[in-house]
Amino acid sequence: MYIAFYSFRGTTALAAAESINVSDILIDIQQLTFSRGDRVIYRDLNMQFARGKVTAIMGPSGIGKTTLLRLIGGQLKPDSGHIMFGNEDIPLLSRNALYAARQRMSMLFQSGALFTDMTVFDNVAFPIREHTRLPESLIRLIVLMKLEAVGLRGARDLMPAELSGGMARRAALARAIALDPELILYDEPFAGQDPISMGVIVRLIRSLNNALNLTSVVVSHDVTEVMSIADYVYVVAEQTVIGHGTPEQLRAHPSPLVQQFLKGEADGAVPFHFKAAPYEQELMELVG
Amino acid sequence: MTTRKIEILVGGFIVLAIAAFLLLSLQVASSGVAGTGQSYRLHAKFENIGGLKVRSPVKVGGVVVGRVAAIELDTTYYRPVVTLEINKSYSNFPETSTLAILTSGLLGEQYLGLQPGFLDETVEILADGDYIEDTKSALVLEELIGQFLFNRGN
Amino acid sequence: MIADKLQQIGAATIGNVRGYGRAGIMLFGALLGKPDIRKGFPLLVKQLYVIGVLSLLIILVSGLFIGMVLALQGYTVLVKFGAEQMLGPLVALSLLRELGPVVTALLFAGRAGSAITAEIGLMKATEQLSGMEMMAVDPLRRIIAPRFWAGVISMPLLAVIFTAVGILGGHLVGVDWLGVDGGGYWSAMQANVDLYQDVMNGVIKSMVFALIVIWIALHKGYDAVPTSEGISQATTQTVVTASLAVLAFDFILTALMFGG
Repeated sequence: MYIAFYSFRGTTALAAAESINVSDILIDIQQLTFSRGDRVIYRDLNMQFARGKVTAIMGPSGIGKTTLLRLIGGQLKPDSGHIMFGNEDIPLLSRNALYAARQRMSMLFQSGALFTDMTVFDNVAFPIREHTRLPESLIRLIVLMKLEAVGLRGARDLMPAELSGGMARRAALARAIALDPELILYDEPFAGQDPISMGVIVRLIRSLNNALNLTSVVVSHDVTEVMSIADYVYVVAEQTVIGHGTPEQLRAHPSPLVQQFLKGEADGAVPFHFKAAPYEQELMELVG
Repeated sequence: MTTRKIEILVGGFIVLAIAAFLLLSLQVASSGVAGTGQSYRLHAKFENIGGLKVRSPVKVGGVVVGRVAAIELDTTYYRPVVTLEINKSYSNFPETSTLAILTSGLLGEQYLGLQPGFLDETVEILADGDYIEDTKSALVLEELIGQFLFNRGN
Repeated sequence: MIADKLQQIGAATIGNVRGYGRAGIMLFGALLGKPDIRKGFPLLVKQLYVIGVLSLLIILVSGLFIGMVLALQGYTVLVKFGAEQMLGPLVALSLLRELGPVVTALLFAGRAGSAITAEIGLMKATEQLSGMEMMAVDPLRRIIAPRFWAGVISMPLLAVIFTAVGILGGHLVGVDWLGVDGGGYWSAMQANVDLYQDVMNGVIKSMVFALIVIWIALHKGYDAVPTSEGISQATTQTVVTASLAVLAFDFILTALMFGG
């Protein structure tokens, strides 16, 4: 088997340490630029997500991590650049090809995005019913399997409104794996969870990834959890990747920005203050 | 709410709507004298049609037998030509019949009164497209008053 | 100053045209493509229930009362001219031509339209639409299309029911209470109401109104800013815009149908 040493664009110092087989890359983001109105969100972003691994994207809030997932899912179109999903370039796909590609991926939304007018069971059965013509007895079997995997088999007849936040996210996870996708995109899976359900979700992401041979992309700013499950981590800030590597490599990363983020310092390379005119000057304006 | 119950209620809704529509089309609207094929057309020239309108009824002895289909102006003599649409089941009016523009009540609508004429060997039955020759125009109030004053002056 | 005003007018116009464009694209996306009867029909039935059946009560009650009030008001005027036998046509024509389609459309905008906007806006805010899209299910076809068709089907049916109930209400007050001759009520009505001119034109009107109201409701929901005040604003806008649009189109349609 041919093994190529893949050199990451940008910070070559770290890339040399990590070798990834090219054919094992499921998603390859190349030179991605995306802006919203006049505001540039990403400039020349490059990322690779290896097949069968848990890759995490970390970064401060408000830098458009969710936007990145939407770009991968084809819900947003970049200004330029490529997002290769296998052999397909997501932004260039026709509507039908895009919908076909989406059947191979799923996304776990921060809110869970469960359909509020259906029971948990029907929610999990929804993608199966939409995309297959399986008999109802078989659908029931699959749904119960998926619910068992997330530990919610007993909650199948509840409505989403009756679930706690953590349970809703697990139910949504069961729905996300209903069609056995190749790729799951997790949008802030740990946000707003109590320690117990956080632990449950951490375990689930890891175990589902191993059991179903999934590729997982986790977007989060919860450093501890991410460092505990990710095989590879990208730290994104200031419109591009500022550091990447395995969790161990990152801890030894020379960049002050990366260090500030990992340690959670209030002020540092990422300033505490939002960009503004000098404080004294604005105060003087009020007086004068 | 089970699917079955929803389906039954939606079914009931549709049936109710159909019933309402039937009520409107059968009980509320005039049934008949409108469709093509069930009626035939006659024409009549008047001096003055007064307030006669398209869709005004044509009555024989108070019974509606048809409606005014069109009102046009004959451009050679500048006289109004009224086209009547008469129900096929009343199809044997002789050509000696007379047509008058009458008014129902003091403030009521104007309608066409058809007075069937006599019938003998020389008289034919009115067929589609024929003209009714003997017509009486609408009474115009101003003319009536004028005539009345003129007569008193004598 | 003038430049500022001009800029405001320009920006508002561009915003409006953009809104129409987005609404058009939304409807286009929802209605394009072959419908899947197997999956689509149950969804349509469900929406017919939510949009049509659940609006029935308000339609029945309003229709009855409007018919009764019309008869009462009409009678007091007509009786002065000794023309109370014209009560039937008065009630029937007002309801068939104007009140049936228009009041139904206004009630529909308030009852079903606002609910649709709020529902879709909330689905957007809770990422349900987005989630559906990521599950490779097009929300335009799964969510928008069934609601659109259910609205377009329901409203003419509701208008017909409204009109029929109104005429019965008029009968209740005019004949059973005020003592107008019952036979005269119906026969005068039949002599003055035409199936095509009046009944069908009323139905056509309510079809046009249905299209307007449901389209506005869906668009406002789909385009809502996904926050609490965004949704509340969108809901208000649905009722206001739909009502004004219905009244404006009513004038245009009336002029086209009965004006010439």
